[in-house]
Amino acid sequence: MSSSDTEKTASSVQRIIIVGASLAGLSAAEALRSEGFTGTITVIGDEPYAPYDRPPLSKTVLTGLLPAEHTTLPQRVDLHAEWLLGVPAIGLALENREVELADGRRFGFDRLLIATGTRARPWPDSAQAALDGVCLLRTRDDAAKLRARLAAGPKRVLVIGGGFIGSEVASVCRELDLTVTVTERSSTPLIGALGSAAGMFAGQLQCAHGVDLRCNVTITALEGDENGRLRHAYLSDGDTLDIDVAVVALGAVRNVEWLHDSGLAFDSRGIICDSTCRAFNTNGMATDNIFVAGDVARWPHPLYEGELLTVEHWGNSVEQARTAAHNMMSAPADRRAYETLPAFWSRQFGVNLKTVGLPTFADEVVLTQGSIAERRLVAAYGHKGRIVAALTVNMARWLPAYKAMIEARAPFPPVLHAPDGPAELRPVPAGFPPRGQSTHSPIATPTGPGPSISPPEESSTSAKVQDPRVPPGFQPK
Amino acid sequence: MLRIVVDLNRCESYAQCVFAAPSVFWIKDGESLEYDYVPDDSLRVQVERAAAACPVQAISICWLDEQLGQQRGNHNEQ
Amino acid sequence: MTQQSLYEQVLDYANRANPYPLYAQLRRKPITRQTDGSYVVSTYREIVSLLHDPRIGSDFRKRFVRELAPAGFPTNQEPASENQAQEAEVPVPNQGSETEVIPSFIGLDPPEHDRLRRQATWPFGPPHKPGRVTDMEPQLIRLANRQIDTMKGKASIDIVEDFAYPIPVKMISELLGIPSEDQPHLHSLSEAIIEGIDLDPQESQEERKRRQEQSGQTFKKLEQYMEALIERHRKQPGSDLLSGLIIDHGPDGAMAPADIVSTASLLLIAGHETTVNLITNGMLTLLRHPEVLERLRREPNLVIRLVEELLRYEPPVQILPNRVALTDINIAGTTIQKGSPVILLLASGSRDPTRFHDPDKFDPDRRDNMHLGFGSGIHYCYGAPLARLETQIALTEIIRRLENPRLVHDPPPYRQSSTLRGPRHLIVEIDGVRD
Repeated sequence: MSSSDTEKTASSVQRIIIVGASLAGLSAAEALRSEGFTGTITVIGDEPYAPYDRPPLSKTVLTGLLPAEHTTLPQRVDLHAEWLLGVPAIGLALENREVELADGRRFGFDRLLIATGTRARPWPDSAQAALDGVCLLRTRDDAAKLRARLAAGPKRVLVIGGGFIGSEVASVCRELDLTVTVTERSSTPLIGALGSAAGMFAGQLQCAHGVDLRCNVTITALEGDENGRLRHAYLSDGDTLDIDVAVVALGAVRNVEWLHDSGLAFDSRGIICDSTCRAFNTNGMATDNIFVAGDVARWPHPLYEGELLTVEHWGNSVEQARTAAHNMMSAPADRRAYETLPAFWSRQFGVNLKTVGLPTFADEVVLTQGSIAERRLVAAYGHKGRIVAALTVNMARWLPAYKAMIEARAPFPPVLHAPDGPAELRPVPAGFPPRGQSTHSPIATPTGPGPSISPPEESSTSAKVQDPRVPPGFQPK
Repeated sequence: MLRIVVDLNRCESYAQCVFAAPSVFWIKDGESLEYDYVPDDSLRVQVERAAAACPVQAISICWLDEQLGQQRGNHNEQ
Repeated sequence: MTQQSLYEQVLDYANRANPYPLYAQLRRKPITRQTDGSYVVSTYREIVSLLHDPRIGSDFRKRFVRELAPAGFPTNQEPASENQAQEAEVPVPNQGSETEVIPSFIGLDPPEHDRLRRQATWPFGPPHKPGRVTDMEPQLIRLANRQIDTMKGKASIDIVEDFAYPIPVKMISELLGIPSEDQPHLHSLSEAIIEGIDLDPQESQEERKRRQEQSGQTFKKLEQYMEALIERHRKQPGSDLLSGLIIDHGPDGAMAPADIVSTASLLLIAGHETTVNLITNGMLTLLRHPEVLERLRREPNLVIRLVEELLRYEPPVQILPNRVALTDINIAGTTIQKGSPVILLLASGSRDPTRFHDPDKFDPDRRDNMHLGFGSGIHYCYGAPLARLETQIALTEIIRRLENPRLVHDPPPYRQSSTLRGPRHLIVEIDGVRD
């Protein structure tokens, strides 16, 4: 590619639209300006707020240390962007290069970035979901409402789903000295993201902190009083709980519906794109002007070959958006592949959990440093004799070493002789459940092959498995 | 208005920011860093010391006045 | 005399004023094996990697010396099998000697290190005492200005004796609750200990052994002093750090008495021998860059980034000489053999052009500055927050108040140590002192 071609490409891009005004959208806009883009940037968001940070919503906002409105993200460069906030996009016309908004306005673009992210999966019964006291936790407004409810001192909080959001909410409840029950359809909390071996440890932490943890249990129904206030929850083990707050923490739903009939390749698992973040159309061809980043993307990663990944991580929103922004304004030869390793953190029950790599890709896990008793440890995840991920518990400073091993495709179990390691490494099965068995989402996971093979939509049987009310033991035919 | 954000993937809990600006950053449960995204403007020097001291350069600071001005046409902040 | 290796030239006092060209030559190969079986690491990426590597320890008792490879023997030979390595193990010279001391956390590995470090941090910083260092700021400003006041009426001053040494020494003494009348005695002990642990490639085994024995005996004296001091603090605890170590316990429980002695001794020596060099190196660097000095006078907050740049450009701790490979480690095409000493050239890593743009330029506006001035990983400098604040305040105040400071000798005379490197004296002529 000659430099004149590069200039031609760069100058032909004058109008960039970013749909999604959260972390990925903001990061893309910052990267565009940092790399010298001088055309117009329009950012469309369905929430009425400037981009804000979500991780504190389930931590410091709920404990009351940080007001929800204090989570607005800094804008590190002068963006000169047009912000269309509080109005969702409802349609995309590929041939006209237009985005349609809910208020009927249409905006044309030369390049489009789709960063619409996810929303909280709602309780499947809409009447029960509407009861006063049934909460979701995804947005700033959700967090402010839930904070108000927790501050009011409910007699018991029910958390439905033992994933990261559910576990963090339960942890905050215990910090606030509230009685809390967590129900999880699988055998342990966090099993979807970390597997049952690490999940057992997470469950022990919950119990040690006074959580009423009910695994292998689902909520079959929520019930309100005559005023529509939540009063009872019915459990699949026959128990009934008196509650006034229920937090539905069943994972996320991708915001893809607005792309109906657009001709892009997407389904409930996300929008398929290539490693340069270019969206695929339904003919299996990469588009040249539509890019995807953040929670809603589904793409191939060189370290986890043969699989399309979806990653709902903070760092993924930042880095993938930066890559997409770079590629949007670059000539084809100057585009770069997105190869950042997934990385994640969570704070709950007195520990800092951090991961690097993709635990859900693994079949084995081994403790390499520290000890479960001390609640300080490092565990390495392996797949077919190679290290693919690592988890630290209050030992974050070791994570870079494991990141390097993952990138180097080092053998599993790793040979370390760490002074705080066990005398002998004993790998155990990582223990990931079949898809849909847990009540929470895996956060970062391989989602099947692609991109050229058109993947099947979920069948009605697996939809049944994914109904969070269906008790464990249900076997799809 | 002063605003900060910390990349907690980068953070390795050296706590240098807490030493430098103890009312803005704090360590929870041994290793988890928490912080106020909107510290009082009077703490500007402490926050700048904190950001410069971070061994993994995970702290971003900005002044938001202009940003708010840009967005005020669309919605009311807070 | 045989030709010195590049690393031996770094240790050679003749090159103390400017080791950076030698580091640049060393970086042509990330890791070089020395004839004594140790490995010297000079490049940023490899240093950072090894600082985070669980296969690297800091406990010198885990070292052993292998049969040395004959000259010219390839250093990336097939690693010896586990059994052969065991046979070749020979204890390090000063192990098991009379002067052997209990290592402080700086010389221990996890999990003992982690517990001791948490116990030592409990009365010093977050989560329990997050404001300990910032609370010292008013006192530091007063102290710096009192030292500057003593320069009134003088035409020339010694930055080391008059300024850079007294400030951190008084602060560490105050922090540990050491009476001011004891400070001269501790000054001489600390200096003798540092001389003993210094690396000198030219001395014989016997000389080195004798020097280490002497240093060890001095260390015993320091420990005896600390034991008595701890007894006094136990009976009459104050708000100082030492009293905190004795009476203020966190979740890890009380520190063992012997550990309090070794921890307090470590902090005392570190307080005497490191920040003095950072402040002095800072003054020297500013005098060599008058345009930056002028800017600092006009923009006092420039000092924040300027100190970070100093930590990259002229760090007081140049070398971490005490790491050990706990197993064979393959890195950058070299196999570091199990039991070998590993020497990390922090100051070289911070000048690595593959990591830092224009690394030999002193640029206080540098944004991308993940320097190695305080190390990295679990042994990251314990006193870093205090060293930063002391240097920020010291440089701000002295630049604000000195009129027309001029360097008299360039380079100035240096202290012996290649590890804790800094000028012995820094004579500066001045036209006066502002109020």
